Amino acid sequence: MATVENLPSAQTERPIGFGRLKRKEDARFIRGKGTYLDDIRLPGMVHGAMLRSPYAHARILSIDTSKALAHPNVAAVVTAKDLETLGLAWMPTISYDTQAVLAGDKVRFQGQEVAFVIATDEYSANDALQLIDVEYEPLPAIVNARKALDPDAPLIRDDKAGQRDNLASPTWEAGDQAATDRVFAEADTVVKRDIIYPRCHPAPLETCGMIADFNPETGQLDIYNGNQAPHAHRTVYAHVAGLAEHMIRIKCSDIGGGFGNKVPVYPGYVCAIAGSIVAGVPVKWVENRDENLISTGFARDYVMHSEMCAKNGKITGLRVDVIADHGAFDSTAQPTKFPAGFFHIVCGSYDLEASHVKVKAVYTNKAPGGVAYRCSFRITEAVYLVERMVDALALELKVDPIELRMRSFIAPEQFPYETTTGWTYDSGNYAETMRVAMDIAGYEDLRREQAEKRARGELMGIGVSFFTEGVGAGPRKHMDILGLAMNDGADLRVHPSGKAVVSISAQTQGQSHETTFAQIVAEELGIPPEDVEVRHGDTDRSPYGLGTYGSRSTPVSGAAVAVVSRKVRDKARLIAATMLETRPEDLAWEKGRWYVKGDLEKGAMIEEIAVRAYSGEPMPTGMEGGLDAQVIYDPPNLTYPYGAYIAVVDIDPDTGQVTVRRFIAVDDCGVRINPMVVDGQIHGGLAEGVGIALMEVLTFDEEGNCLNSSFLNYLIPTALECPDFELGETVTPCPHHPLGAKGVGESPNVGSPPAIVNAVIDALHQTHGVDHIDMPCTPARVWAAMQGRPEPPQ
Amino acid sequence: MHVSISVNGEQVSREIEPRQLLVHFIRETPDLTGTHWGCDTSNCGACVVQMDGQPVKSCTILAAMCEGHEIRTVESLEVDGQLDPIQMGFHEQHALQCGFCTPGMLMTARALLDENPNPTDLEIRTAISGGICRCTGYKNIVSAVRWAAEYEAAAKQEV
Repeated sequence: MATVENLPSAQTERPIGFGRLKRKEDARFIRGKGTYLDDIRLPGMVHGAMLRSPYAHARILSIDTSKALAHPNVAAVVTAKDLETLGLAWMPTISYDTQAVLAGDKVRFQGQEVAFVIATDEYSANDALQLIDVEYEPLPAIVNARKALDPDAPLIRDDKAGQRDNLASPTWEAGDQAATDRVFAEADTVVKRDIIYPRCHPAPLETCGMIADFNPETGQLDIYNGNQAPHAHRTVYAHVAGLAEHMIRIKCSDIGGGFGNKVPVYPGYVCAIAGSIVAGVPVKWVENRDENLISTGFARDYVMHSEMCAKNGKITGLRVDVIADHGAFDSTAQPTKFPAGFFHIVCGSYDLEASHVKVKAVYTNKAPGGVAYRCSFRITEAVYLVERMVDALALELKVDPIELRMRSFIAPEQFPYETTTGWTYDSGNYAETMRVAMDIAGYEDLRREQAEKRARGELMGIGVSFFTEGVGAGPRKHMDILGLAMNDGADLRVHPSGKAVVSISAQTQGQSHETTFAQIVAEELGIPPEDVEVRHGDTDRSPYGLGTYGSRSTPVSGAAVAVVSRKVRDKARLIAATMLETRPEDLAWEKGRWYVKGDLEKGAMIEEIAVRAYSGEPMPTGMEGGLDAQVIYDPPNLTYPYGAYIAVVDIDPDTGQVTVRRFIAVDDCGVRINPMVVDGQIHGGLAEGVGIALMEVLTFDEEGNCLNSSFLNYLIPTALECPDFELGETVTPCPHHPLGAKGVGESPNVGSPPAIVNAVIDALHQTHGVDHIDMPCTPARVWAAMQGRPEPPQ
Repeated sequence: MHVSISVNGEQVSREIEPRQLLVHFIRETPDLTGTHWGCDTSNCGACVVQMDGQPVKSCTILAAMCEGHEIRTVESLEVDGQLDPIQMGFHEQHALQCGFCTPGMLMTARALLDENPNPTDLEIRTAISGGICRCTGYKNIVSAVRWAAEYEAAAKQEV
């Protein structure tokens, strides 16, 4: 009988530790037995639905809920007035701004939350939304970040004392302006570009939602909510709602994708909690797809001006000036001291002499967010910019884009390398990785093919990008979110039978933690991975930590699991010494066993040591019984994965349709715990990159109406738009991670859009004179560029 | 109104609102939450079930229209502890990550293989193009369907 547990492959060699182990979590998912939020039904549960603003900017003159309240199935209608009495009308954002939970004075973006209906069932709750009368006085809207600071721009945040314009945060700088000016003065070549990274959306297939279940008798609040940082959310709820943190339990169960979208706290969550506290019954709220796209955490929306210079054919300097569009409330997600996230990694993989970066943020009448869509805090924008600039410079210098990169790379012997904006890259051999990508692609052959096709009037482009990411935030001396150190905990218990439970603070949304974290314990302790249960996503059953985003699971939580395993191994050594009546220093370790040096026969298996640890036999002097340990891991630095990507595109000369024919991705993420899972992560991120480069964009008309509020017009790539990705790898271990591993999940999303856009320009430059195009490269926009009128995305 | 629909070979009878979508009807049936909902516009394919053997998006069909039709959901694939080869293929080829699109993909792929036991990669990609997966980039889903096709071909030869 075939089950997941005894499939043909599983009967062959089962690796202990690292390797292509098939996933434990598949067993429930392939049977349709996952437990996602909307699958949960609690006794007595009622349903919430959100009324949203049709206007991007309007004064609220009145809200009449009487007809909705008269609906037989409606229990309550909550407005800002009700929340004011609870002190919940406004909530803090993760960027130290405030955000209206329900709009009382004004609406500031289309889709903003205005009223929350609670009814016996979902259909009735949505019916009742139509029965609420809201009288609005429309105001002029600002949707273009470049116009947000015009003197005649309407003031969006008149709720904030002292706010006289739409500046969301003052200019933030990195690098050395004077040194950069000198380098530019000495340069022989300078290129300039205005580059937009348009607003796009993580759009996980499962939308956001919550069930709040407050027990008035005990004061216990149980929250069911798929989010990427349950422990941090619990702390926030304790502060916002004034509840005792130890009486809040967040359970995540299975999450249908996150990609950054499930990092923030949304008004719907606060309404569900408030609703349950007031009604005393569980309240479920699950947003629709349009609500997800128009109101929850968007990504990017960076308007960038950049200059790059070269001397003697090598890149020497970079200047960047950014306007960041934060929407109506500043709820961008990044560590506190980094208002532009890690954008200043924009100097990329190159040994620059100087660089200077300026970022200022503005409010607009668009949804708040600025979350990282599979990205470590704005690194995607940075990599896109620098990789587009390098290609622009290569065009100007009339040199092959790979050649220019090769000349300018940081050399292997320069690591650890301090960048001109203050990052310390840990390790790398960039040229080698670039060469592996060229080999897989057959780069010279591709260039020949391109020349032949060009002669026939066919449009083929080859695009390159080379990225360096900084992931695994981060060292507590450098970074925090809302004052919380970006560390992660692990708690490992080996039971008397030798089977183990490891509890972690990172929260999977598909990243395969249940498999790979068991493999780390297996590698370190020699316990088969199937005997290690990975527990996560329940604040009552896991140690404190900041969660899963910014590719931080393996760099931080994975390191925690390695370190806690080693602590257990060290304790096991002392116990084994007692068992074997020898000194601990006379013991040596092989997988799963301490043995006496020089006498392989004499040893104790980890299972035997576990039995002893819980038995009535004596323990080493002063040691408590049991075989377990706990750690909080504070990473000494970020990890710096990198990669070389090559895209091959064909463009239909009659329609401007871009097809990604081949995509070669060579990633170096250090040691790979489960290469199958790593490959899967890379495939997924590449598909998102194809979408961002060619299809995905949130656009607005002048009145602030969102034009992409469903999957009918927010286009996500299907199997037909994605090529058969070709992967390669190099392995440069991280010197400071206990396993030598680096983060990887976001690399493909970071690295792929510039490769594709560079390929589009490469296809069109010689024949059509196109030297820049903004994403997404839709047929209409590519065709317009071919006619000599490139258009910005909005 | 009252409806009685055959779901996975069993008659499910219930009073419903005439406007109830099939996806909600199925999900309100005990133990049948494997069929997911991911958009409102028939684009994402998370809700795909089989209706008389054909893959259909259950968010686009009223439950009231399903009387007299055979509905099959992801929960029907495993029979007496025996996984369907398409389920085995998804596990073998790492064709799922968060798992949310998986039931729709499985039901789509099963219908494809029932009609075309030896599809080309392009035929597989075309068949699953009504669905969205945000995690896998589709490459391993294509491999999984091919794995299942080959497994079934080999099993046939053995008989």
